[in-house]
Amino acid sequence: MTEKIFTRNFHRADSHTLSVYRETGGYTAVAKALSMKPATIIEEVKKSNLRGLGGAGFPAGVKWSFIPEGSPAPKYLVVNADEGEPGTFKDRYLLERDPHAVIEGMLIAARAIDSRLGFVYIRGEYVQPWRIFSAAVREAYDAGLLGKGSGFDFDIVVHRGAGAYICGEETGLLSSLEGKKGWPKIKPPFPAIKGAFGQPTIVNNVETLAAVPHIINRGALWFSGLGTKTQGGTRLYSVSGHVVSPGVVEAPVSITLRSLIYDECGGIPNGRRLKAVVPGGSSAAILTADEIDVAMDVDGLKDAGTMAGSAGVIVMDDTVSIPEALMVVARFYAHESCGQCTPCRESTGWIYKIAHRIVEGKGRKEDLDTILDVAKRGAGTTICAFYDGAVGPYISYVEKFREEFEALIRSGNGA
Amino acid sequence: MSDVRNPAFTPLQLAEVRRLQALYPDPRGALLPVLHLAQETFGYISLEVEQYVGALFDLTPAHVHEVVTFYTLYFRAPKGRHVVSVCHNLSCHLLGAKTVIEHLTQRLGVEVGATTADGRVTLLTVECLCACEQAPMMQVDDRYEGHLTPEKVDRILEGLR
Repeated sequence: MTEKIFTRNFHRADSHTLSVYRETGGYTAVAKALSMKPATIIEEVKKSNLRGLGGAGFPAGVKWSFIPEGSPAPKYLVVNADEGEPGTFKDRYLLERDPHAVIEGMLIAARAIDSRLGFVYIRGEYVQPWRIFSAAVREAYDAGLLGKGSGFDFDIVVHRGAGAYICGEETGLLSSLEGKKGWPKIKPPFPAIKGAFGQPTIVNNVETLAAVPHIINRGALWFSGLGTKTQGGTRLYSVSGHVVSPGVVEAPVSITLRSLIYDECGGIPNGRRLKAVVPGGSSAAILTADEIDVAMDVDGLKDAGTMAGSAGVIVMDDTVSIPEALMVVARFYAHESCGQCTPCRESTGWIYKIAHRIVEGKGRKEDLDTILDVAKRGAGTTICAFYDGAVGPYISYVEKFREEFEALIRSGNGA
Repeated sequence: MSDVRNPAFTPLQLAEVRRLQALYPDPRGALLPVLHLAQETFGYISLEVEQYVGALFDLTPAHVHEVVTFYTLYFRAPKGRHVVSVCHNLSCHLLGAKTVIEHLTQRLGVEVGATTADGRVTLLTVECLCACEQAPMMQVDDRYEGHLTPEKVDRILEGLR
């Protein structure tokens, strides 16, 4: 049984309260961080091998170190709680069941990057998580942990989004936070140089920040030792679809996909067989049933030709039609493309139309090659990573299940 | 009398608008929260509401329109007293979202995107609400409802007045 970090208090009904958080060592890490130099905090987080847990997997300490040292400009810390990657739901659990870990992680990060003001951008649909998290922030203010004169001199603004997947992309999020439509911005300049309201900004995922107090309390070596050579810690896997026990599973990042499905989630229900798995949110390339002996860390999944992404694991049994699944996923990307870049705006729409007609039995012989061609041409040509994310499923579903698509096209009445 | 054609916040609400604006380095950061407040107050975001909110921020109606039309949670036409949003993304699809949607259209007698004649329920399909562990699921106003079956959907509908 591995040690639980993020989920240690999840079983308690009042785990969102300050008193429970304090009972289990809460807010002792930030006290320790106050005695550390900002550069030492950053060094410690670098050594812990904490990777960003929102999707991109960028080393968190390295990201913090991009804030220009000694700059007199105000610096902002932004928490990306715009959870939206299909198949992912772990940040909702953290916001509702361990909000103070996020707040304490923010306080420590703020000290590391010399920030006085933080924003927590919560997706608009998360009304309940928003209420619970806001109450936790008020509780922290009342306890003198936040605000001017608190010893930390740090304020938190909880901000509600309004429904747009693209605002989970960090520069789209910043546009939205500034009161605009959530259009991503060209990088460079990176947010650490020019971010929210034109100032140096760090955008971190909820879970990434929730890990920070534990790293400060127990040390970088302890955290890095829980994981692989290049990624420390445990992380929260959101497992859904055809498993006996779907839910949030905390496991070391070195766990294999097979173990996650069969040991942690009870395997495939109803005596069915595994057909395919999406390992890291819908933007991750799909894996077939014989590709699941792979470690779930950022680099393990990268080597397997897919990605750890947001760690949203979607399991499909042998009753699933992959062409239908592709249609559902393609509909999502067509709906959520922000429309700024032509390759993304046009391709997502057309690929959805093609996938739809294949499912309707009106597919054409050339459709599969068209999907692959359009997907491959557009990859890497857009402002943000949204379209590259869409390309993951487009290519992998078609290439790995081509015969199933072809059979459907042959049996239909398409031209 | 303030309404969606002649919108005006109360003095108390205007104070809340100022409070929200003061939270951000640039007051325009409060645009989304104030639009949420406007929708709660006036029912939906009409062109008049866009103009009114724009004036509070010294923003053009065109900027506010661009924002309102970008996000899915702002309604630009009257909605029902309750909004039922069914997730039709991948995990919910795998576990029977289609059946849930068909059941709802049949029970409510409306197509997806429409509001019942008595103004009780607006039915929508939405992309992932990130509660896939409860698939198939939907949002009913502020709440998430998961592990849906036709029977459970019926019970939920009975509770909506």
